[in-house]
Amino acid sequence: MKIGVVVFPGSNCDHDAYYALKHEIGVDTTFLFHKEHDLQDVDAIVLPGGFSYGDYLRCGAIARFSPIMREVIRFAQSGGPVIGICNGFQILCEAGLLPGVLLRNQGLRFISKHVHIKVVNNRTIFTGELDSGQVLRIPIAHGEGNYYADPDVLQELQAGDRIVFRYCDAAGNIVPEANPNGSQLNIAGIVSAKGNVLGMMPHPERACSPLLGSTDGLGIFRSIVRSLEIVAA
Amino acid sequence: MTFKAEVKIMLRPAILDVQGKTVEHSLHSLGHDNVGHVRIGKHITLEIEAADATEAERLVREVSETVLSNPIMENFEVTVTAMEPEGVR
Repeated sequence: MKIGVVVFPGSNCDHDAYYALKHEIGVDTTFLFHKEHDLQDVDAIVLPGGFSYGDYLRCGAIARFSPIMREVIRFAQSGGPVIGICNGFQILCEAGLLPGVLLRNQGLRFISKHVHIKVVNNRTIFTGELDSGQVLRIPIAHGEGNYYADPDVLQELQAGDRIVFRYCDAAGNIVPEANPNGSQLNIAGIVSAKGNVLGMMPHPERACSPLLGSTDGLGIFRSIVRSLEIVAA
Repeated sequence: MTFKAEVKIMLRPAILDVQGKTVEHSLHSLGHDNVGHVRIGKHITLEIEAADATEAERLVREVSETVLSNPIMENFEVTVTAMEPEGVR
């Protein structure tokens, strides 16, 4: 089993994701350079956080057309697991692999802090090792994390149980005060219709070691690895 | 022929423009109470080689729709004008 972490110019959570997967989870992990066309036979792909191409034009707008993304899109369309974190989520939306868009935070400020998110769907390959309703304490760090989609898309997401994480307070209440950026329905993460593509604004890779103040991100990576083990078995 | 294109990109009216709102508040705090509905967008200029104006506009619309704007959150307007050949005044 091998997991690939894509490196765009301006990615800055690529090494965090690599470290979390390789050293905290213990799975074979490799970097995939944005100019490459070869996915190196990886079983799952991480689009990491950062500021790909300087966030020029729109967050993720340029990265979406980079050579490696052609392969990532093909991989995702054929059912391969892809997780986009922060800028990775923005890239997935720009690429049309996930619906909606991440607008500028309602309060305009770049927000970097730990938040609480609730696992509202644990029947995905990304959350299978977590409990339904479990509250995770995971950092966010973004200026454009305000999830927006047209009303019919939001309805589709709800009807298809595709909202996976929602911002909540420490007790797990999904309330407006716990919404850091203005996201509709407190959305922090969604999956594709087929369930194999996850986009989330919070950074699980930054919450994988007691030294970093939280290990709540581990469950997400463990879930992916576990689902790949089941497929391989 | 070379054409000059201008693309104006604005957030769709349904989307709250927090940047525009902030600028509006700032204008109000400076006493400009008669100013309202501030919205901020992007203005992109480009030059394009095409057989004629229709072809040029088609190309600019295509790149505006696929790359320069994101239709989920933005609308765009395109204007295309022929550039004067060099030496002609």
